[in-house]
Amino acid sequence: MSNLPAYKCDTVDIASQDPQAEQPWAELGLKSDEYQQIREILDRRPTSAELAMYSVMWSEHCSYKSSKVHLRQFGDKTTDEMKEKLLVGIGENAGVVDIGDGWAVTFKIESHNHPSYIEPHQGAATGIGGIVRDIMSMGARPLAVMDPLRFGALDHPDTARVLPGIVSGVGTYGNSLGLPNIGGEINFDSCYQGNPLVNALCVGSMRTEDIHLANATGVGNLIVLFGSKTGGDGIGGVSVLASETFDSTGPAKRPAVQVGDPFAEKVLIECCLDLYAADVVAGIQDLGGAGLSCATSELASNGDGGMQIHLDRVPLRDPSLSPEEILMSESQERMMAVVEPGKLEAFMEIAAKWDVEASVLGEVTDGENLEVFWGDDLLVQVPPRSVAHDGPVYQRPLERPAYLDDLQADGTAHLNRPRTGDDLARTVLDLIASPNMCDASWVTDQYDRYVRGNTAQAMPDDAGVVRVDEETGRGVALSTDCNPRFTKLDPYAGSQLALAEAYRNVAVAGAAPLAVSDCLNFGSPEDPGVMWQFSEAVTALADGCAVLGIPVTGGNVSFYNQTGDIAIHPTPVVAVLGVLDDVAKRNRSGWAHAQDAIYLLGETRDELDGSAWAEVAHSHLGGLPPTVDLAAEQTLASAILAATDQGLITSAHDLSDGGLAAGLAESVLRHGVGASVDLSPVASRDGVDAFVALLSESTARAIASISASDAEAFEAVLSDKGQAFARIGTTGGDHLKVEGQFTLAIEDLRSAHTGVIESAMSH
Amino acid sequence: MKVGVVTFPGSLDDHDAARAIELAGGEAVHLWHGTADLQGVDAVVLPGGFSYGDYLRAGAIARFAPVMDALIPAAKGGLPVLGICNGFQVLCESHLLPGALVRNDHQKFICRDQKLRIERINTAWTGDFAQDEEITIVLKNGEGGYMADERTLDLLEAEGRVVARYLGGNPNGSRREIAGISNEAGNVVGLMPHPEHCVEPGFGPGLEGLPFFTSVLRQVVSA
Repeated sequence: MSNLPAYKCDTVDIASQDPQAEQPWAELGLKSDEYQQIREILDRRPTSAELAMYSVMWSEHCSYKSSKVHLRQFGDKTTDEMKEKLLVGIGENAGVVDIGDGWAVTFKIESHNHPSYIEPHQGAATGIGGIVRDIMSMGARPLAVMDPLRFGALDHPDTARVLPGIVSGVGTYGNSLGLPNIGGEINFDSCYQGNPLVNALCVGSMRTEDIHLANATGVGNLIVLFGSKTGGDGIGGVSVLASETFDSTGPAKRPAVQVGDPFAEKVLIECCLDLYAADVVAGIQDLGGAGLSCATSELASNGDGGMQIHLDRVPLRDPSLSPEEILMSESQERMMAVVEPGKLEAFMEIAAKWDVEASVLGEVTDGENLEVFWGDDLLVQVPPRSVAHDGPVYQRPLERPAYLDDLQADGTAHLNRPRTGDDLARTVLDLIASPNMCDASWVTDQYDRYVRGNTAQAMPDDAGVVRVDEETGRGVALSTDCNPRFTKLDPYAGSQLALAEAYRNVAVAGAAPLAVSDCLNFGSPEDPGVMWQFSEAVTALADGCAVLGIPVTGGNVSFYNQTGDIAIHPTPVVAVLGVLDDVAKRNRSGWAHAQDAIYLLGETRDELDGSAWAEVAHSHLGGLPPTVDLAAEQTLASAILAATDQGLITSAHDLSDGGLAAGLAESVLRHGVGASVDLSPVASRDGVDAFVALLSESTARAIASISASDAEAFEAVLSDKGQAFARIGTTGGDHLKVEGQFTLAIEDLRSAHTGVIESAMSH
Repeated sequence: MKVGVVTFPGSLDDHDAARAIELAGGEAVHLWHGTADLQGVDAVVLPGGFSYGDYLRAGAIARFAPVMDALIPAAKGGLPVLGICNGFQVLCESHLLPGALVRNDHQKFICRDQKLRIERINTAWTGDFAQDEEITIVLKNGEGGYMADERTLDLLEAEGRVVARYLGGNPNGSRREIAGISNEAGNVVGLMPHPEHCVEPGFGPGLEGLPFFTSVLRQVVSA
């Protein structure tokens, strides 16, 4: 191996002979007892490469060491009934659910928060790239993406730095992959000022028999790395080790943020789909965080355990990389396959067709260790499970934050409420012009929502709907939601409200909710208050999913989202996936026709704490969030699904932020069809005034428009399901008129609603 | 009636173009960038996407793909060719159409439902429209600004080769609101918006993209 660069490799032999050598475990983020644990596992000190592997794989991000003890609830509270549609559960690259007719759908939501703050465009772009590869590695064709984004205050100067870059990153990468962006969220709150949240969801489909898993079985099967060449990006902290330990001629510091190449990923998608179709892949794993060290240890520990890898066979973009850096590099657009030797030629032919570089790095062995070589030097010899799965587990201290009692006691009862119709009209205009409620098309128009021709609806509808089967029209609806103001006030209730809202959005679109993925964004787990929030949120979601009968199939935890000691609001973003037997039946939001009857479904209580009104009118956050009523959510969903099935609904819109006022205004603005509304049936039945009827954020509510001729049939369905309803008005005209309160011209609503983000970004 | 759809590495709307051809009543034939063989098709669509990543300049590398060695002479010989978005960029890079497409003047990718006026109907791809018919189809591009020198623009106008023009606001800074042009003979058309996303009820903003595909099928039948 004389042609290899002459690194002074720290080999297993050297580690055995020199057990007391000083190692920079603390700089790599390991705790003293974790380092000792590694020494016990190996019965010697780790080599530098092993130390690098353990340090990254045992990091919070990769090992879930602080969250594991809580996340178990997702599995423990999943009943056999909930498992019926679950083909692959938590623990694989993404969960898979059965949507009928032999189709399986896989979806997952992940975070890419910290890279996106440092380098907004590439951080967000590689976030999309990573989640798409997770979906590909299940054997699926990616169908669509969604991106829940959270920023600091819209008028803060740094938001104008971060937001355009993040949006262009999501757009450029997703658009170049040919994946429609069908939804997400755009949320502004000063708690995200120094720590924006970039979450990304991908959904993909396959036939149930085509599911692929990440495991390396079959002694003698080959380990093939394919996709982009490996470079020095995303090595980050590990470069500490490289520069301290080795005589490398390369640059001393490596960039921490990865750079994406969407073209390479698009080609990789098509290449993978051809490989799956040709049945030449026995196991598959994407390369993401911790690069080769993660992919090899995951594949080996999910398989027979033994694997040999030769790092000198990895195609390099930067020949100065040390073996340790190659092992840790997070270069994007790479995949690892397990291939039977007899199928290698076919594999290589398909890769060549797509100009995708592929290299055989090694093979599955009958040993128990993952062994990594550089030439003849053995750099790594570890039990793979000890790296990938059996890392440290912490039961971190929890403590309900002391501020919570005061915060919850500070409700909205003392705030001035609008007294006249004119005041109410002004409130409605202020609300729909506020950053969280205004028209988001400045953002969403940068995303291709049409590519591949299967998008039945996208932004600004309540849920994205995409067709899976072009023959039958079978498809899925997805919504992601979280109101972080509610989770701040009460993490348990707030998390269930996020679940309820996503569930409701999917049902209102006409899809039967089926499964959940969640992205749990929190502050530091070392803060007992944050850990308490996290524990409440996970318990709430597990409990809520059990009530609703829909399993959590996977997701992601992102800790350390904070600036100094100040954590973000707890932000458990919940994605719910539902199924439609024909996407043609889906309900759009917004009124397309005049003379339809408008119905308000559900009951309204005086629930203004944490509301959009409290924020917009009073910059106030305090009190208790709206009541969670999951049984009422189920009733609402079943009523809407029954009416959808009978084709009775012309439009439907979930009520959440901004209550009925926002729902009415958005429905008017969608197609420029006005409405006349009379709130008195609601006021008298629920004992609320016009302000509460319009601005309360009581849950389990929606509005629907129905052709006048179908009104009787619709009411019969609602009565049959036990769903509370009130007929509150009629569509048509050029105004939104609320009887006895105000009349607003559509053009005034529109001028308030549009241009808000655009104008903030142009400053 | 066979219409070829070329797939370059990085093509994205090839599947959509093939579906549009089938819905219009034709047979879609997939053509591979690396093969200089048109498989006897009666017309060709160069679909949207980012061929070869469009890293150098949109369409600049695709123009040298082996399939173009077969397509360029065939187009000069009268074969109907429609370049949509990236396909339009490839046609300009190939000099089958004049001018060039540059980054949108507002520097952002834009996806929206766009109103157009069809100004030339004696092309292979627009015969099923009425003169000056107004349609709304999907527009989505990052480099959709049509540019040419004044003399070329005047010539295009004088020869009636502006096929489609943007209405209701110029989405990308195109000179003279030009959304699509043709060669003199009318067999080669380049269009920045995406008619293939407007061919099926319930998907996309309407069905007003379908006539592009029915036009060519009728033209090929009658030829």
